[in-house]
This record gives sequence, structure tokens and C-alpha cells, in this order.
Amino acid sequence: MAELLPLRAAVEQLVRDGDTVALEGFTHLIPHAAGHELIRQHRRDLTLIRMTPDVIYDQLIGMGCARKLVFSWGGNPGVGSLYRVRDAVENGWPQPLELEEHSHAGMAAAYAAGAANLPFGVLRGYERNDLATRTNVRRVTCPFTGERLAAVAAHRPDVGVVHAQLADRQGNVQLWGITGVQKEVVLASARSIVTVEEVVDELVPRPGGIVLPSWTVDAVSIVPGGAKPSYALGYYDRDNEFYVRWAQISRKRDTFAAWMEDNVLREHVLA
Amino acid sequence: MMAIAAARRLGDGDVCFVGIGLPSLAANLARITHAPHCVLIYESGTIGAKPTELPLSIGDGQLAETADAVVSVPEMFAYWLQGGRIDVGFLGAAQIDRRGNLNSTVIGDYDRPKVRLPGGGAAPEIATSARDVFVMLEQTPRTFVERLDFTTSVGDRVRVVVTDLGMLEPDEEGELTLTQIHPGVEPEQVQEATAWELRIAEELDVTEPPSDTELVALRSLRTKGAPA
Repeated sequence: MAELLPLRAAVEQLVRDGDTVALEGFTHLIPHAAGHELIRQHRRDLTLIRMTPDVIYDQLIGMGCARKLVFSWGGNPGVGSLYRVRDAVENGWPQPLELEEHSHAGMAAAYAAGAANLPFGVLRGYERNDLATRTNVRRVTCPFTGERLAAVAAHRPDVGVVHAQLADRQGNVQLWGITGVQKEVVLASARSIVTVEEVVDELVPRPGGIVLPSWTVDAVSIVPGGAKPSYALGYYDRDNEFYVRWAQISRKRDTFAAWMEDNVLREHVLA
Repeated sequence: MMAIAAARRLGDGDVCFVGIGLPSLAANLARITHAPHCVLIYESGTIGAKPTELPLSIGDGQLAETADAVVSVPEMFAYWLQGGRIDVGFLGAAQIDRRGNLNSTVIGDYDRPKVRLPGGGAAPEIATSARDVFVMLEQTPRTFVERLDFTTSVGDRVRVVVTDLGMLEPDEEGELTLTQIHPGVEPEQVQEATAWELRIAEELDVTEPPSDTELVALRSLRTKGAPA
């Protein structure tokens, strides 16, 4: 059963240094507040998994939380580079970052396999490109047709972190709109944290919505606006202007550090 | 011009897997002009999205709100892309070679990169699963290279490369060949913007200038976050 916990307590109890942690949300419902809590609690040596590392991973990596990044597309969508990720990869600042690089299809298959408690996912992919030599992919032969297919090891994070619109008081979680790989990451992970916009007495079924039953989640934390500057359908829009501004903030180490101090670390004192 | 030229190549009813930026502009332009039944699929899971403004990210809210269906990301890549339901996949890149192979991973050595690029994303499987691949990128000697620094996706399904100078299509040997130039562009210019010795078709077409309808449609879409 999920426990309703303040975010700080949830991260304290469930995330350890050296863990493999996946924060998911495919352009929608990105768990920014939970990422900031990881930074405030100075988690170190994390292996971070995410299909589309964007601003929140730029922040985590720039603040020295990560040892390794497992991903398939790392950029500021519609804007350009992630300067903190690039600084880590190109210059080893603030520390070197090991990469395990996939395609989206490979990442999706690895999460789905993890959710199904299978050892690997299978796909028609990684064909004749250099990616296959740089990542954890092997070839398998279909026992029925003889077709050669790609196999990716299942993702089994220690902790999965997602943001959702709603939970009820029992800790059942509901999200809708673009639901990405959130269900898979929660089911694939040993432990999970879900931040939500609000808690209600009763969840009303929604077209296209998914429900994560309370007993699949460890902690539910109420964090209104917890996806900002990403968006939560039905609550607030994506702050496109911030994503554009992030390019300027993150380009230099000192402007980045100052912004993190003012907007992420200082909240700790107030909280 | 690139968006207009690419949009004209889309047929009514084509199912298009589009990324953000120029491909999104081109596919939407086609949808609101000559190809109203063109189906736009964004990798975030939206099938049949009908945005009125160009999205900045592939997951903007209006894509989900205007879509016929929204599916999970594992479903998108397994059932829809690898399942062979995509007619046209759009790709961009930092480098292209004469076979249409693309690099969007790294400039320089992988372990000691000069520039670390975003990476493959959906591209490796779009390149091998879509029926046709359209590539859109600016043509310079730094992008049209003799040898890629990294092969992110393979080029054998690339049917057309639309650039700011013209269009290239594979010839019978599979080598990208200049088949069309935009108005005011000389073939020599295109060669200068290409690091390999460029094959030029004997009968070179010139792109029709944008029509009034196309220009009006283009302006109506370019309200936010759209690249020029």
C-alpha cells in the first residue's frame, strides 16, 4: 500500500546514494519537484535512467548527483543542447558521466520487459548503426521464424519516480493525457515515488487515463505544480518560455550554480 | 521553402511520424493545404494530432487534446512504428553521407566528443521501420560529409533529402543525387555546400515558388516556437 508522505520524507526513505533511479514523464508530467528534492538531499553516484533527459536531468547532472546516464535522447526539446550534460560528457564537469545510450524503441522495450518481470525486451531495432556497439544490446534468433532480432536487458530501477494528476486517500494514482512510460517505470522499479497535483476522496474514471493501484506504489506525495516547467494536463500548461530561458541559464557554470542556489537549494531552508 | 517543398511530397492519407521543428511544420502544412487526411503521429503517443499552432515540444498539451488516440510510449514504438504502420518518417541530423546515413549522436570521437549531440531518439527505428524516410536539413560542407563521425541511422529507406538549396534523391545505385533546386539557386552552389563530389541529375527541376495558399497556411501555423 502506498503511504502518503511529504516529498522530503519519501526521498529520504526510498532513495539511497548509488541507486539506479528513473524519473519518467515523456514531455508531460515530468517530476521536476522530486528531482529537486534529490538535489537538495545531495544524493550521489546515481545511475539515472530516462528516455528523454531534459532540463531536470541537466540540473541533477550539473549538481553532481549522477555517475551514469542511461538514455535515448538528451536535449532541450525545441530549443537545443543540454549544456550541463554536455559539460559532464565533454569536460568531465562536475564529474565524468558514463553513458549507456539507446534508441527510444529500445528504452521502451527495456521498460516494458522490466514491468513484465522478463529478463529482456525484444525489438526490430539497432540495425546496422553504431549505436549497437555502444550499448547493452545483443541479437537473438526467433525460435519460430528464425528472424534475427535485437534484445535489450530489462530496466529494473531501484526507484521509479513519476508525477500524476491525482491520487485518492488510499494512494491509488490516476494520470491522463500523454502517459508515456510511467506505468512501466513504476511496475519495473523495486520502489516508487509518485508526486501528485492533489488528493481526492474518489477517483473518477477518465477516457485514456491510467490507474496505478496503491499496492504498486510506495509513496505518494502531494506536490501541486510538481511538474513545472513541464505541464500537467487539466492543471497548467508547459512553460515554453522557461525552456528557452534555460539555455541561457545553463550555458555557463556560474549562472547555473546561482540559479540552482536561488531556485532549488534555498527552498530547503524555507521548507 | 524547405517546409513547403517537403509538404508537397506528402500524399493525402499518408501516415507521418513527425518530430518537432521543420518536419512538424511541413506535415501540418500539408494537412491544412492539399492533404487534409494526412495522419500526424508524434512519438509522445499522439495519433492523428491536429494542432492549430506549432508545438514547441513533441508532448505539448494540444497534441493530446486534438489527437484521435493517445497511446503509451511502448505501444507507440512496438505496435505503430515497428508494426509497420508508418508511411513517412521524418528525420533530421547533424551529418549526412551520400548514402543517406545520418549522425545525430556525436561530432568527433564518441569517447572524447567535440560536440555531444542529443542522440538517436526515435531515429534508428524510424529509419528501418517507416516505408519512406524524408530527411530535412540545411546543406553545408559540415553537414553533407564524406564520412560520418557516427552512424545513428541507416539510409536505405531515405527517399528524399530536402535542404535549403534543393532536393536530393537516391539514384539507381542508391547515391543521393541533386534532382531539384530552389528558385535562385545554382547547381554549383549546391556542390560547394557538399563535401563529396555531388551527382547532379541531367534534368534538374526548379522548385515552384510558394503559392498564396501555402504562404497563408504557413503564417497561420507559425505562431509559436516555430523555426524559420
